[in-house]
Amino acid sequence: MPITYPNLHLTRLGGAIPAWLGEIEPGDLPPICQNVADGGGRLLALWGSDARELGDGFALHVALVNEAGLICLSMALDAVQPVYPDISRIFPAAGRMQRAAYDLLGIYAHEGHDHRKWVRHGAWRGFPLRKDFDAAQNRADEPDAYPFVQVEGQGVHEIPVGPIHAGTIEPGHFRFSVVGEKVLRLEERLGYTHKGIEKRFEGLTLQQGAKLAGRVSGDSTVAYAWAYAMAAESIAAVTPPDQALWLRALFLERERIANHLGDLGDLGNDVALSFGFAQFWILKEQVLRNNAALFGHRYLMDKIIPGGVAADLTEPGRQTLHEECAMLEREVRLLRGIYEEHAGMQDRFIAAGRVEPKLAAQLGLCGLAGRASAQAWDARVQFACAPYDRLDVRMATYRNGDVAARVIVRFDELFESLRLQSEILDHLTHDGELATTLEKLPGNGFGVGMVEGWRGEVLVAIHTDAQGNLTRVHPHDPSWQNWPAVEHAIMGNIVPDFPLINKSFNLSYSGQDL
Amino acid sequence: MPIFQIIRQIVRTGIKTEAPPLPDEALRAGPQRLQEEILRAFGGALSIRQVDAGSCNGCELEIRALNNAYYNIEGLGIKFVASPRHADLLLVTGPVSRHMAIALRRAYDAMPEPKLVVAVGDCGCDGGIFAPNGAEGAGESYASCGKVSNVIPVDVVVSGCPPTPTAILQGILTAVSAQQGVSASP
Repeated sequence: MPITYPNLHLTRLGGAIPAWLGEIEPGDLPPICQNVADGGGRLLALWGSDARELGDGFALHVALVNEAGLICLSMALDAVQPVYPDISRIFPAAGRMQRAAYDLLGIYAHEGHDHRKWVRHGAWRGFPLRKDFDAAQNRADEPDAYPFVQVEGQGVHEIPVGPIHAGTIEPGHFRFSVVGEKVLRLEERLGYTHKGIEKRFEGLTLQQGAKLAGRVSGDSTVAYAWAYAMAAESIAAVTPPDQALWLRALFLERERIANHLGDLGDLGNDVALSFGFAQFWILKEQVLRNNAALFGHRYLMDKIIPGGVAADLTEPGRQTLHEECAMLEREVRLLRGIYEEHAGMQDRFIAAGRVEPKLAAQLGLCGLAGRASAQAWDARVQFACAPYDRLDVRMATYRNGDVAARVIVRFDELFESLRLQSEILDHLTHDGELATTLEKLPGNGFGVGMVEGWRGEVLVAIHTDAQGNLTRVHPHDPSWQNWPAVEHAIMGNIVPDFPLINKSFNLSYSGQDL
Repeated sequence: MPIFQIIRQIVRTGIKTEAPPLPDEALRAGPQRLQEEILRAFGGALSIRQVDAGSCNGCELEIRALNNAYYNIEGLGIKFVASPRHADLLLVTGPVSRHMAIALRRAYDAMPEPKLVVAVGDCGCDGGIFAPNGAEGAGESYASCGKVSNVIPVDVVVSGCPPTPTAILQGILTAVSAQQGVSASP
């Protein structure tokens, strides 16, 4: 058992990762969360569902993680007064998730300290994830009157930025309170790209759902598609063929390689070393072109399907990737040398946007940004599901928590992914099956999948109704945990360093706005 | 010294830039002709303001790739600018979320005439996967306005999920050459 708590009965869920499910009373939630937090565990995700059609009111679901695995807790909430106890005091990352759960489903945290709306601006009234929500009746056109926290004092002024930013990036609003050029406080306002993904999942077929999951955050399409497939396979008790699992790992590592290459180039660009951008984006483009030539899509969208994969690797293809690996290894090593010796660049990187390990632990910082602040979590290591159980992934961690540390972790992970890719290529056979048939899910099922994407752990939870249709799908991006840390990282830095600091996290807007 | 390493690496890398795609048969006179089109329509340079109006970020990855050495969009006299007030062309990805509709409209209104709009990606073209299409609906939902042309006028649409950098470049160049056609007629 991952945790012990009086009268808590956990059932082991089938599937690739160690996960347990328990039904609890809402009142038991805070002590159980405290128990997990005291043991070094974290909050992964929080979402609600509407079970009123079954006469059960609403339900709240919380996914926690500790060294043993995933602990999914479900609790029934009253249909008229759907209230549950606040857990943001234990896990600060829960704050925005609780607010989003209210915006979308109308369930609310009792005694929560922040009741402002989060993903809702002014485009609708009511609660879209309620099954009886009528979109046409509830359309609204209100301005987003959002009460930002005011910072007062002599010489303090505000700089509003966004939702449209200066570069080619996703939209979101940042409100800086500054004195001179120094940032006293940053407050984020997200939700601009909310396009109703969770509502859209309802009623899609399993296969259509896989496509949608692959478009929650375009740069993490492989991670989402795999997490979704993993959740579905957990419900259906299906294990994909060996060949498919190796290919999935190959796709996931290629996604990590492409994104890390792109980020390292961008971080060069942000400190005016356009040479870095030019070089790394040449390498990234070569990876993308190999993806297109060998698998049929530059970002590998729709190549992971429930039950297996939809693309194979030929023998000449394997040769191409071996050569690519050797080329990248050589080039990136050379570029790393240049980055590390470039005094002007290191001067900008070191000490900028620091998140100390202690703060990172409090905030539940995860993924690569977490590892750069000494948070040693990597699902490929702790919960090594096939084929990672045969790969022995070496986790990259660093303590400094600044931009420089996030650059170093990217370099280390890039080399590790290249090593893994070589190993995976050696394990791939060419006659294996690519997929086990998985047409439809069993009824009243619940399954969860977790994958260490390039940004951090991506979680997808699937609930099915009595007929086995998707009734609730919750995709969770690691950006939920990491966005609040950016507010801390920028404090005391100067405004012109914000683009660099923000880029060093490179968080998803679409993935958290849904 | 990194500077010597940098110079050596630049020389070793060489020139990666490929020939740009051509908008249509009429323009197959070669890259020179293309430059002339841009020169005539927009005084030698095309300025683009990109707006993500609610995409999954997939299209942005490909738009950013236009700046890499292979596509070298700046080499064609096309650059991305920070303000719509400096832009000739608005490059929009979607679906347009209801939360981004006002910002998109304001960006469009801020642009000087003559202005062009290119909608990028399946979602920008018809709302895409994020809302029911066809018989069930018009690519709209409680949170999505659907395609870009539901919110602002669109000149050219580039489909694909995401469209390749070449396809996006082709869309941009097609919009420019269409503009040329319009301004040439009395």
